[in-house]
Amino acid sequence: MGGLLKSSVAKKFAMALSGLFLVLFLLQHFTINFISVISPDVFNEISHFMGTNFLVQAILQPILIFGVIFHFIMGFVLEIQNRNARSIGYANYKGSANSSWMSRNMIFSGAVILAFLGLHFYDFWFPEIMHKYIESHPEDPTRYYEETIAKFENPIRVGVYVISFVFLMLHLLHGFASSFQSVGFNNKYSKGLQGFTKAFAILIPLGFIFIAVYHYINHL
Amino acid sequence: MKLTLKIWRQDGANTKGKMVDYPIDGIEGDMSFLEMLDVLNEELVAKGEEPVEFDHDCREGICGSCSLQINGEPHGPDRLITTCQLHMRSFNDGDTITIEPFRANAFPVIKDLIVDRTAFDRIQQAGGYVSVNTSGNTIDANSIPVNKHNADDSFNAATCIGCGACVAACKNASAMLFTSAKVSQYALLPQGRVEAVDRVQAMVRQMDEEGFGNCSNTGACELECPKGISLENIARMNREYLSANAKG
Repeated sequence: MGGLLKSSVAKKFAMALSGLFLVLFLLQHFTINFISVISPDVFNEISHFMGTNFLVQAILQPILIFGVIFHFIMGFVLEIQNRNARSIGYANYKGSANSSWMSRNMIFSGAVILAFLGLHFYDFWFPEIMHKYIESHPEDPTRYYEETIAKFENPIRVGVYVISFVFLMLHLLHGFASSFQSVGFNNKYSKGLQGFTKAFAILIPLGFIFIAVYHYINHL
Repeated sequence: MKLTLKIWRQDGANTKGKMVDYPIDGIEGDMSFLEMLDVLNEELVAKGEEPVEFDHDCREGICGSCSLQINGEPHGPDRLITTCQLHMRSFNDGDTITIEPFRANAFPVIKDLIVDRTAFDRIQQAGGYVSVNTSGNTIDANSIPVNKHNADDSFNAATCIGCGACVAACKNASAMLFTSAKVSQYALLPQGRVEAVDRVQAMVRQMDEEGFGNCSNTGACELECPKGISLENIARMNREYLSANAKG
């Protein structure tokens, strides 16, 4: 594996696979979050299951954390290698003439998402780990909804969430479709697939924004 | 037409270069871009100055020699043409035009606007061929039936002239489009399948050793390619490479 990852094609492939895995996770995360808008009870039920199920906690969660860390580290490694491939830049470089802003600034949108993940972990993941494994509180299956919506009372935090999801949208607009090209999928179905990936890239972050704003407005 | 040219001047591979301004007058719209540079060079020689060095050969868009980054784009603002096919009618009187060499560490500057593109030759030499004995017993290629779709795709890939515009356009200085075109033109034909596994591994290895960047699928290479080489070739090379490594 280490040897295979030395090649540029294999690095692209690994980057694409980890990206596709994170897209799947994003869909699952969105689905559960959206349930908080529809039914607090069902949201509590699913969150309790996710927070206490052995398979989710001991196997899927570490895989997810590995996927996230791998995607970010590989992204930065590739960026450094790419910058090193052209030590002397152009005096005049018209990137906008032949490529999208999103495709040229994946590292920038990715860095914003990484910063957001720090806030997100501070808001949810670290308190959850503290609650369950360090302070060892008895499990309360009804606590999740109240804990979640409490985070959306602060308009500044909601604003940061909204901006972060706009960057996630920009990242996905190039990254989702690009990952299929990297795994070698480019044929007569690619145009349709690109339409799907673009719709996904816009609708899912918009959905996350809707959920955050919905809970904020509900508190007013 | 009166223009201001901002041209990269560099005495040699190990010297520092800089952009130098040259005003030029009397340029006709029907002149090619290289003819405009010829006019400039005649003026420079007449003044006893060093002419601007630039690569050129066929001047009809098939040799892949000309290699200028013009106003931030390889081969200039027009599509599906090389620098020698670019005409001055694409510019306006009073324009300032920046002219730089193709930039990539794997394409070091030799002088002024000329870069060393032998990295492409080495990628080609690593596997871009079919090992057949051509000493008199060759079999007519047409005796082997080839699917029309594959034949067309192979031909399209083979139209790559190796000019390096893909590398120049790519923000990562990646050579994936060139390498994938060379891999594809053989991978799609029965004669090329025999060595397909070794070929893709060797060519990708050589490409990486040359110090080109990684592809991030911006699509700039495809858009700037004077021959319209498609990104489909990169996807095909990725499939070929991953499948070759799976086979071991």
